[in-house]
Amino acid sequence: MSEKRIAIEREVDIIAARQAGRQLAGQLGFSTTDQTLIATAISEVARNILIYAQRGEIVVTSIADGARKGIEVIAADHGPGIENLELALRDGYSTKNSLGLGLPGARRLMDDFDLASELGRGTRVTMKKWKR
Amino acid sequence: MVPILKQGDTLIASIVAALSDDDLMKFRDDLAQRIGTVRARGVVIDVTALDVLDSFATRTLRGIAYTARLRGAETVIVGIQPEVAFTLVQLGLTLEGVSTALDLEEGLALLARKKQERR
Repeated sequence: MSEKRIAIEREVDIIAARQAGRQLAGQLGFSTTDQTLIATAISEVARNILIYAQRGEIVVTSIADGARKGIEVIAADHGPGIENLELALRDGYSTKNSLGLGLPGARRLMDDFDLASELGRGTRVTMKKWKR
Repeated sequence: MVPILKQGDTLIASIVAALSDDDLMKFRDDLAQRIGTVRARGVVIDVTALDVLDSFATRTLRGIAYTARLRGAETVIVGIQPEVAFTLVQLGLTLEGVSTALDLEEGLALLARKKQERR
């Protein structure tokens, strides 16, 4: 199992995080299309960290479920948290005048997507993609 | 950060590496200025080197193209990689109202055709 952690504090960290995701996905044998989907999903959640929590962390890990191999991406922050999870996952909804495609977009690009948040404590997005 | 070249009445900008949000916005401002100083009628933005276009970058590119149009220049975005195109579709992102072409050559040809139509 390999794991990589990238602190997200500045914009350049978004690029570093998605490159780390692409690299690990490549090592795991994901197609270049899937590598791009994963890198883009990471870009969306990393940007959300910067916009809403100012700082946080992205962790990319190789995972396995029996013979199935995959990649897990965790985006975690100790920001203000999300008041309405359902709304946050709706296309076009944004409290920061962004496009509102970050979370719903990332969800569409990955296979599994879990959003956990506690007001005043932070937010944690866990998403996975499995090799086909 | 993004070199802008002039060829006739067309500006050609190649984005050669992943840009930060600030770089993208500086590029937008530079381009809007250059269109005025060289009286450009067309702009080609080459994104061949970009391996990721997320929702922010796509929205910014769209904004750059709209800004250029308001300054009197038509923009063509060229070189969107197949994987990037597929990802944009999955994300539900569109470049509505912005012309695209396969590569620089096709982009310049498209601008030339548009120029003919305007005559």
